[in-house]
Amino acid sequence: MKLTLKVWRQKNGTSRGELHSYQVEANEHMSFLEMMDVLNEELISKKEDPIAFEHDCREGICGSCNMVINGRPHGPNQGTTTCQLHMRYFKDGDTIVVEPFKAKAFPIIKDLVVDRSGFDRIIQSGGYISVNTGGAPDGNAIPIEQEIAATAFDAAECIGCGACVAACPNGSAMLFTSAKVSHLGLLPQGEIEHEARVESMVDQMDKEGFGACSNTGACEVECPKGISIENIARMNRGYIASIFGSSK
Amino acid sequence: MSLTGLFLVSFLVIHLIGNLQLLQSDGEAFNTYAYFMTSNPLIKFISFGLYFFILLHAIQGLVLLSKNRSAKGTKYAVSTNKNAQWASKNMGMLGILILFFLLIHMGDFWYKMKFTDQLSLITYDGYDHGIKDLYTQVEASFKELWVVIVYLIGLIALFFHLDHGFQSAFQSLGINHKKYTPMIKGLGRFLAILLPLGFAIIPIYVYFIK
Amino acid sequence: MSNIKLDSKTPKGDLKNKWTDYRGSMNLVAPNNKRRIDVIVVGTGLAGASAAATLGELGYNVKAFTFHDSPRRAHSIAAQGGINAAKNYQNDGDSAYRLFYDTIKGGDYRSREANVHRLAEVSTSIIDQCVAQGVPFAREYGGLLANRSFGGVQVSRTFYARGQTGQQLLIGAYQALSRQISKGKVKMYNRHEMLDIVKIDGKARGIIARNLLTGKLEKHAAHCVVLATGGYGNVFYLSTNAMGSNVSAAWRSVRRGALMANPCFTQIHPTCIPVSGDYQSKLTLMSESLRNDGRVWVPNNIEDAKAIQQGKKKGIDIPEDQRDYYLERRYPAFGNLVPRDVASRAAKVACDEGKGVAPTGLAVFLDFASAIERYGKAEAYSSGIENPTTQKITELGQKVVENKYGNLFEMYEKITGENPYENPMKIYPAVHYTMGGLWVDYNLETNIPGLFALGEANFSDHGANRLGASALMQGLADGYFVLPYTIGQFLSNEIRTPQISTDAPEFNQVEKDVEDRISTLMGVKGGQTVESFHRRLGKIMWEYCGMSRNAEGLKKGRQLIRELRAEYYNDVFIPGEANEFNPELEKALRVADFLELGENMMVDALTRNESCGGHFREEFKSAEGEAQRNDADYTFVSAWEWDDNEPILHKEDLTFENVELKTRSYK
Repeated sequence: MKLTLKVWRQKNGTSRGELHSYQVEANEHMSFLEMMDVLNEELISKKEDPIAFEHDCREGICGSCNMVINGRPHGPNQGTTTCQLHMRYFKDGDTIVVEPFKAKAFPIIKDLVVDRSGFDRIIQSGGYISVNTGGAPDGNAIPIEQEIAATAFDAAECIGCGACVAACPNGSAMLFTSAKVSHLGLLPQGEIEHEARVESMVDQMDKEGFGACSNTGACEVECPKGISIENIARMNRGYIASIFGSSK
Repeated sequence: MSLTGLFLVSFLVIHLIGNLQLLQSDGEAFNTYAYFMTSNPLIKFISFGLYFFILLHAIQGLVLLSKNRSAKGTKYAVSTNKNAQWASKNMGMLGILILFFLLIHMGDFWYKMKFTDQLSLITYDGYDHGIKDLYTQVEASFKELWVVIVYLIGLIALFFHLDHGFQSAFQSLGINHKKYTPMIKGLGRFLAILLPLGFAIIPIYVYFIK
Repeated sequence: MSNIKLDSKTPKGDLKNKWTDYRGSMNLVAPNNKRRIDVIVVGTGLAGASAAATLGELGYNVKAFTFHDSPRRAHSIAAQGGINAAKNYQNDGDSAYRLFYDTIKGGDYRSREANVHRLAEVSTSIIDQCVAQGVPFAREYGGLLANRSFGGVQVSRTFYARGQTGQQLLIGAYQALSRQISKGKVKMYNRHEMLDIVKIDGKARGIIARNLLTGKLEKHAAHCVVLATGGYGNVFYLSTNAMGSNVSAAWRSVRRGALMANPCFTQIHPTCIPVSGDYQSKLTLMSESLRNDGRVWVPNNIEDAKAIQQGKKKGIDIPEDQRDYYLERRYPAFGNLVPRDVASRAAKVACDEGKGVAPTGLAVFLDFASAIERYGKAEAYSSGIENPTTQKITELGQKVVENKYGNLFEMYEKITGENPYENPMKIYPAVHYTMGGLWVDYNLETNIPGLFALGEANFSDHGANRLGASALMQGLADGYFVLPYTIGQFLSNEIRTPQISTDAPEFNQVEKDVEDRISTLMGVKGGQTVESFHRRLGKIMWEYCGMSRNAEGLKKGRQLIRELRAEYYNDVFIPGEANEFNPELEKALRVADFLELGENMMVDALTRNESCGGHFREEFKSAEGEAQRNDADYTFVSAWEWDDNEPILHKEDLTFENVELKTRSYK
């Protein structure tokens, strides 16, 4: 299949970027990233600058790959990361526009590579349970209701890719932050620090320059792991409780 | 946003109930209602609250809009609404539209009613003085096609604004539940249709039928 | 240089008490001294993140490095199946000894007894620790932890978190690490790649790292250096490893005098999605847990296989009696759950006979039809449906299978475009894990004092073959529960050492070496891409040092690699500049190291005249085609000192005092 790619090229964070057109010959079994590899090999052979993009595990779990394909983070398929998007979902002759994740809190480094370290700092602000190594009670000491464990798990599936921020018209990181808040807050081990955690993580999120949630729900649609905005409501509850003081 | 928004929704409900009296062929019910609403001290007090909340909601919205615009940075070359409803992504624009509509709306009726003597006086049984004939003013206004169109545009904006806003307010307040959220969404859509539709009947009725 | 004496420093005493006694008598570093000691941790996967976090908690000043944009991206995240622990929650007779025994046996008796027993002992603490951190392990209805079984064992001791156990464990460690970062005990360096280690007076005292955003070289000093940099499976180009996984940190240490142990021991995982074309950049693993319920087969006769290869027939078209469930036939005791090396070789044998089921001829079926039927019937029975239709059974059964493996099936469908509920999956072995790695002693210290290696980067626990769900166990054991103690043995002698300065001439020298290496590569300005060299190296490795090896092929492979290496330094082309963000340069440096490691692997495989675990030499097999070990001559660890002309072999003899060396049989 013959494709026209329009790819965002930007030398570095301070320079201006623009879309460049490329022709590429792909086959339907390739993943989107393999198609990008083919294009890059060609560019390098022509002694041109290859397109910088992030990728690592290529099996949909590391959260590295981040492209906005035809206006949608990770492309048209729901529940799929860019690396798992295969070319069979495109047609011969298609024009595909590839852009980086855009948000003020995700500054562009080069081409399609952006800086998502804000996510790390949000986790550092409280996205953990405060236990040191050693001294943990037996794993079966606290039974956890299967449904609670499953709901916590649904939230814990977040791969930190940032598609939620990229999809959000407000560049908000609420889905990411609330996923961690829910994962930890639902479990009895993490419930203890829940309100304090919510408060400090939300504060950090604001400090990083992420926008506010206006409940468009675009994040949950584009989340490759299908994380629900129920988590955002849960975090909002926690936040309200942390402001008004808990009932405890 | 959510609290002020929900308060304003409750105002809209009351406002609609009152205004439906315009559909009566005789202006007495409406005019006495309008008089009551502008003269009763308690209502006066509440109305200041209302102005305050309208302003607060608008200011909050504008602040949010500008903050979120800057958080987004540059837009994508390809934009899509495949991941969210159009209304949800355009609440700011819809809000501004509604605000403009409100200015026109209030200038036409509220301002004239409260701060001018342009309205003729009319006397009803049980009142020892003449009260302003807002009913006639409304009728006169809605006989103008452009006014009707402006109202319809404003009400369409209101539909979209409410359709997203109502359920969104609950989400912001942390209420999201497998069983109740669909109900809230349903109620939101019901109100989003009912309120603008109810309001829309008035100019349409006046323009076409009366 | 050949006067290296390998001392495993294994403590004396009874196997069962070794670790406890040793821990109780080890030298400690007092809290006030810990504050003055700097530790560099390279790599932030399971081993690195858990070590950095724990060392931070203990009070050391830790500097942690990752080439990723965030510690959470390390490839530990991709582990699917689970983590072993001898909890015996299932009451099926598990114990630390049994886990130890299974691991030793699974590793084909090429690992160190004391290390493996320690691993088995601390395995239970890992689960406790992870639960406390909030890792959402699978649970039973009663709220207690659930287990499943894995290849090569007869108890159910694998803890899991859907198909994302690695992710959840890594996130746990990442969170613990993040907590220490927020407390200032760990300083995190993202997007920094270690390019060399710096030794002062023979001790590891720091690293040279390249800031990948700016291309600037940085000198970082510490009292000791911990490498947790993962395995080198990407030497094969196509593997289940992440694209960025590389050997450079370990190999650069080898170039500075560390020893590479058993480099030829690579694990070929039997259940991966088959290769579909030349453009392919990586292979995707389907968790071994699938073999709990999936049955592996190929058609009995070659005609059927041909028809499938040409797309004229499908798996479901082959009648039951025309199928060869070869694992069940050859290994009735373990059936589809034989260890990975055995399952992989059996698949190769079937495909070599021409019975492969993909267009390339390189795939076998993994079929869930009978599991779907079995679960469907059970489900129908328990929900009181009498005489259910076949359709109903299939429907119910598919639901059960979906609950168990839904995300794996979904992944399979995304990649191949085929629905695995209807057609059997196609799988083929692929390079997955490297048992070999830096030689370390009982303290996880390499032969360079002050240089430690953890997790997949070291060689220690898995012998010649790793059992499923043991990599996660080892990474976390090393990081949480072993290194934080054993590092004290080295550091307790360093409490009087002042902070190491990066102004030392040794730092400048190594920095210059790195600069030279980069400018040499940048200066070639040839005509071929880095990727093309890597792909060619991978083909050589897979062909001559893959699932089965022979002396002739290994010699040839070695020669080919040497030629390829020469060509690399003559004709590679790296676009861009050294002093900027340049992913191609990163790749070029890694491939340069693979080109040396590959040769070392060939040499190692050639010297080991036996078949054991992942290392299968065609010359050494039984009449039935099973691997034949040579315990009399090869019960040792091969630790290689690198030399551009001829690597030098050092041997650490393995002594088995607690288990009897037996022929590994899964029949």
